[in-house]
Formats: sequence, C-alpha cells, structure tokens
Amino acid sequence: MFHLMPYRDLPADFDQRYSSAYIDPVWFDVADPDKVGQYYNATLDEMLFAAKAGLHGLCTNQHHQNVYGFMANPSIMGAVLAKETNGQNVAIIQLGSTLPSTTPPTRIAEEYAMLDCISGGRLVAGFPTGLPTDATISNGVIPVEQRERYREALALVTKAWSAKEIFAWNGRHYQLGMVNLWPRPIQQPHPPIWIPGSGISSTAEYVVGQDHCFCHLSYYGAKNAEQVGDRYWELVARKGRDDNPYRFSFLQLIGVAETDAEAEDLYAAHAEYFFHKLLYTPQYYQAIPGCLEYGALVQALQNNPRAGINLRELKAKDFFARGFVVVGSPKTVREQLMDGIKRLRMGHLLALLHFGSMPTELCKRNIDLFAREVLPHLAPQWDDRYEDRWWPERLRTKRPAAMAAAS
Amino acid sequence: MATPEVRRLRLWQDRIQTEVEISGRGPPLVYLHGPWGLAPDRAFVASLAEANTVYAPKHPGTTRGDPEAVHALDTWFDLVVYYGELFDKLELSAPALVGHSFGALVAAEFAATAPKSVGRMVLIDPVGLWRDDLPVKNWMILSDKARRPSLFADPEGEAARRFFEVPSEGAERIDTLAQFIWAQACSGKFVWPIADRGFAKRAHRIAAPTLILWGKADGIIAPAYAQEFARRISGARVELIDQAGHLPHLEQPQTVMKTVRAFLGG
Repeated sequence: MFHLMPYRDLPADFDQRYSSAYIDPVWFDVADPDKVGQYYNATLDEMLFAAKAGLHGLCTNQHHQNVYGFMANPSIMGAVLAKETNGQNVAIIQLGSTLPSTTPPTRIAEEYAMLDCISGGRLVAGFPTGLPTDATISNGVIPVEQRERYREALALVTKAWSAKEIFAWNGRHYQLGMVNLWPRPIQQPHPPIWIPGSGISSTAEYVVGQDHCFCHLSYYGAKNAEQVGDRYWELVARKGRDDNPYRFSFLQLIGVAETDAEAEDLYAAHAEYFFHKLLYTPQYYQAIPGCLEYGALVQALQNNPRAGINLRELKAKDFFARGFVVVGSPKTVREQLMDGIKRLRMGHLLALLHFGSMPTELCKRNIDLFAREVLPHLAPQWDDRYEDRWWPERLRTKRPAAMAAAS
Repeated sequence: MATPEVRRLRLWQDRIQTEVEISGRGPPLVYLHGPWGLAPDRAFVASLAEANTVYAPKHPGTTRGDPEAVHALDTWFDLVVYYGELFDKLELSAPALVGHSFGALVAAEFAATAPKSVGRMVLIDPVGLWRDDLPVKNWMILSDKARRPSLFADPEGEAARRFFEVPSEGAERIDTLAQFIWAQACSGKFVWPIADRGFAKRAHRIAAPTLILWGKADGIIAPAYAQEFARRISGARVELIDQAGHLPHLEQPQTVMKTVRAFLGG
C-alpha cells in the first residue's frame, strides 16, 4: 500500500489559480492546518487498515512544498507504522528519505536504523534521488550535483550501517571525522534497498549494478510502461543479473468496487483531482537544467513519451481507458493487473489505493476489496520459482502464510 | 564576421577541455559569456574583435565533447583559480575583461582575487549581489511566458527571436536545445540557488578601472544593482542602456559597443 498523503480538499478553482502543484501554491491561501492534521491521521489509519487487511508492505515517501503529497519527513510516518504494526508480518517500506537533500546523510542512516530496530527487522530502505523541485528548490541542492551527492551519500549510509570499526569519511560532498552509528539496523549488512526511477537512465544502471530493487514510479500505468520495462530487463541481462521479477517494482493507481460501472462512478472525481490538481507540474519545474545528466538530457529531448500530454485536457474516462488508473470490479482489476505483472515482470506492485480527494471511508473500502478479492490472486505469481531477495528476511518465510490468511 | 580560431585547451590536470574562440587584432581582451553559453554572444564578440584580440573561452562543461568537465570543479574558489590557469595558458598579461551576467561575476571575482592581473573591466548586467527587497530572479526555472519579458525589453523583438531560435527538427534541434540547457546547468552549478558567493566582501580589492552596463528593463536583476556594484568597486562608472533587458549587448549592440569602445579606448 503506497500513500502520498495529498491535500484532499483543494479549492475548486485551484487549477485555474495555480499553474503548478509544486512550489507556487501559498499555504495560507490554500491550506487549513486542522484539516492537514486530519489528513496525516487518516493516512496513518488507512495504512494500518491495509496492514490488518493483509497487504504486505506500507510505503511512505518524501516531498516538499506542494499539495500532491507532503510527508516532509517519511521517517515520522514510518515510526508510527513500525510501532503500530509490531507483531504483524508487514514491511515498513520507506520510499523514502531523499539523501541529497539531507546533510549529513548519516541522519537518514540513523532514522532508518531506528525504524529497523522498532519494527524488528521489517524495514525496506528506499532511497529516491528526489524530485527536481524537492531537491533543488525546496532543499537548495545544486541541480548538476544532485546525482553525485546521492551516490556518495548512499555509499556513506551503507558503510555506516555495517562498518565494524569507527571510520572517517573524507568525501567530495560530505566530511565526517568519526562515524560510529548508533543504532545499527537489525538487518545486516543492510536492509533491502529499493531505488525509484522514472526511466532507464544512469540511475537504473546504478541500481542494477548494485543489485538493488528498481522501482518504476510512473503514474501512467503498466500499459504505458512497456518500453521502460523492456529496457530495464535488457539492462538486467546486459549486466549479467538474473531475471528475478522481485528486482522490479511498479506503482499503479487502483480503484476496486463491486462492478465496473460502480468503480468508474466512484473513482472518477478522485482520478481527475489527482491528475488535474495534484500531479500538475509544469515543464520548467520538472526539467530544471542539470537535474538530468548530459546523456540523459539528450535522450529525454530525443524521446519524451509524455511530452505533449496535457493532463488537464484529459477526463476520468481517458485516465481509465489509457490504464493510468486501473478501476473496475475485482475480476476486471485482477485481469488488468495480472496482464501488467506478467508483461513487465513485476515482482512488487506498489498499490496506490488512495489517490486524489478520496475520503477515508472509500479508501478503506478500496483496500478491503483489493485485499480480499484481488491480492490473493496476484501474490503467488512468482513465489514458486523465485525468492524475493529484496524483502526483509524475517518476513520472507512468513509471507505465504499471511497471504493464505488473507485469502 | 570572420571565423574565429578555435583553440582547444587541456587544463586542470587534464580533466577539463575548454575551447577558446580567438578573433581580431589589438590589445588582448577576454570575454566571459553568461548562463546560456557562448553561442548567443558570437555577434557581440565579433564586434569586440574589431579593435581587440578577443579570447572567448567556453565555461567548463560547455565545450562540445566534454560535458563532464563541469564535475572537475567543485567550488567557487576552484572556478576562480581555474580561470587563473586558463589566462596563464593563454599567456595573457593583464587583459581587459568583459563579462555578461554570470560571466561578469566571474570576471569581477577574478579581478578581486588577482587585482594586478586585469587591465580594464566591463561588467554587463552582472549577478553576484543580493538585496532582500530586490530578489534576483532564478533564470533557470522561469516559465516560457515569464522568461522572455525577464530577459528582453522587447520580448517579441529581433534579438529575442534570435536568442530563442531553435532549428525546427533533427539532430541540430536536439543539439541546440541540449547546449542551451546544459550551459545553464554548468554555470548554475556555481551560483545555485542564489547568485551570491560573498563577492561583496571581496569587491573592494578590485583595482581595474571598471565600467558597469545595465539594461534599464532587466527583469532578472534590477538596474538598482548597478549602483550596488558601483559603490563597492572603486571608481566604477555606470551606464544604463535604454530599451534593453538582461542582455543589452544583444538588444542594443551598437549602443553597448560604442560605450565599451570609448571606455576601453579603442
């Protein structure tokens, strides 16, 4: 269960007033802090509900200065989830804290180690590079340095987790004279590492090279990710890695109801809210010079599949028809998801079961139906042939039992 | 416009390749381009070359074939020392420096660091200072709609049209766009997110006679900054240019050239 924690009740004319969901909306013109308090609580409730319903992991993320999702520090959310799910076979997936934005990054190493300890070794350590706006505008990271900072920070964090001796880190971006982290994660030498990316570029190369799990966080659905999927698996083969599907995660917006018609009716407004209001980021904030390395920049200019899509011109029926959102009866959703799982060789499905303005009751209903009627049919897809090496070890053997209980 | 000699230098322990376009005859003059690369400034450079030998280096990372050079310099200090090395390699002794925007800040910083190494200096709409009441616009994150009027007094004029012109298709289009974006990335490395690297603390060291030119309609950094620079640089003279924005040398090339020429004594 993936959650963005968006602002759920934006003014109707929000998309006329602002040309971006990021950076520009002024807090005091748009937001109500009491409501925001309720959203944070509702988000935690929904995720804990998902854990009880039998979903395998709870996924938080970090964003700043926007209406689209503002878990500014996902470790705060993760701490609540880790504590409240003690004794449950559910992973705490931090997807996660953004390394280049945090100085020194050992702060994140500490927070994640705390989460792994609190959860009893159930942490999945996600390390996004961070969206351009998050890193460079909200946190002042120099665009052309974002990726090199990220790589150095990740190397520092993984060393800090497992080093048996106190060490000095004399890096290009970080200098620490005596690193001796307290606490260390239960999972040694490190918890499973998941790294998000929006396409196949230097990040994906790096992820495969390091044998971590690559998470394609697209909001455009499996149907529109086939090219990325193919290129990912080509990369995996080229680098001599195995074809274990669990090294690939994919995000999908999902809305389940009793019938297709009911689902389309229930989720239409929330899908439009998500794509029209929350996801809307103009090109000048997405493509900040330097955030893409030179090779990736040239590649993006040659081939940008989403250039030319104006989300605000599309309606709910388009989002459904194009597969941006998978909605329908349990049977329809199962079939569509299974097509995507097979086509992309998806090991982990990051189910965005809350999106847009969805109220908490509807979200819980969505979770409940998904957990009872959809998940049990999807979960065993790869289990008999592949081991999930990117899952907390203590949960690996228990997972089939949990699934059996859920089904 | 005569084709300049292009000299490719290997600098910084061989980690940076920089093309320097050399043209004209006369006393040496170094031109340091702004955030959008050397390409938009070539006509202006050609005018300078009518009375000077002009050396126009490309900022590290913007030389074709070596985009990674931007990663060879980490800090503002590195960049200033790098320019010292570049000038040494070109065997220039106290050349005149002319810089625009980001390039003008580099020129001014170099002149403050090595006061005896600069002859005369012209700063065209330099960045590098900051006033809370007059925030400098971040030119790297402007919408298309905001960018033209921020850069040009006449957003629809010929200078603006030429500045934003991109070949309609093919590899040339990709290359032009990539260079335009990457040049901002490479210069932005040293001034993101606010183009204030403490130059105000060092400005007093500048010994070079200095001319400060400013487009009256500069929408990136307000013309009031001309006085902010002038009061920190001993003896500096200010000229405001009518009907020009952040790129007066493109929008009013003749006026700018005439003023520069008179100042340099050419």
